[in-house]
Amino acid sequence: MVTPSTDDAIVAGVRSGDEAVFAQLLDDWSRSMLLLARTFVSTEASAEEVVQDTWLAVIRGIDRFEGRSSLRTWVYRILVNTAKKRGVRESRTVPWSSLADDDHGPTVDPALFRDADDHYAGGWRSFPLAWPSCEGAVLAGEVRARIRAAIDALPDRQRVVITLRDVLGHTSREVCEMLEISGANQRVLLHRARAAVRGQLAPYLELDPTTGAGRVS
Amino acid sequence: MAELTCQDFVELVTEYLEGALDEDTVRRFEEHLALCPGCETYLSQMKETASRLGEIPVESLSAETQATLLSAFRDVRR
Repeated sequence: MVTPSTDDAIVAGVRSGDEAVFAQLLDDWSRSMLLLARTFVSTEASAEEVVQDTWLAVIRGIDRFEGRSSLRTWVYRILVNTAKKRGVRESRTVPWSSLADDDHGPTVDPALFRDADDHYAGGWRSFPLAWPSCEGAVLAGEVRARIRAAIDALPDRQRVVITLRDVLGHTSREVCEMLEISGANQRVLLHRARAAVRGQLAPYLELDPTTGAGRVS
Repeated sequence: MAELTCQDFVELVTEYLEGALDEDTVRRFEEHLALCPGCETYLSQMKETASRLGEIPVESLSAETQATLLSAFRDVRR
């Protein structure tokens, strides 16, 4: 996902007008930048403009980059400032500093577990059913469509975190830095998002033990 | 300390996978895992969910915006 080149090599390339270096950087970073921008502004088109403005500021301002932070942090800070200004105009902001109401409570339906007065309180009423290994291309395509729908239905912050971590493959440290959130809050958001996506996949993938067929088609 | 219930276990999965649990909780988590087929399934499904998420394509900038930026780059940094 991210070019293995060092910041120094990338910065030198951009400063000296090496178009291949800049094109690679655009390709590597723009997806997560769009995603992050989208949490501050109200449309995809606005997010695209924010990312475009950010890159223009980078092109013009790269000589002022002093290497006190990583290049990514520097670029993302420009992005967040640009996006916030625009987000204020569009009256849209996602608070990142603390967890929200939908970031608390159980991630698995409590009805699936035995009640407090049961000898095995908190144990599964019945075990989650196994998922088949879906090798088939058609099934894999349907699974992807389900996953995409499940991601789209997540609260903003959970959607951004799971997309940065699991879809785009950023490390936990990178995500905390980009979003300026703590490791603990990042894990809460990631956990809730993964549990929600798993919950959407489960009824679709579970095998019916009696027929061996999926319960939902 | 008390043993973990399945309901406790499912809420610790991500912290376990991220290496964020303390030693004692890791031990209790793994003891529960070794004895509980339901939680073993749950853990493997959470891992599978995370890895399948990596197969989803994500939109980048439009070709038009990319062309605009490359041309701006040539103008400014040349």
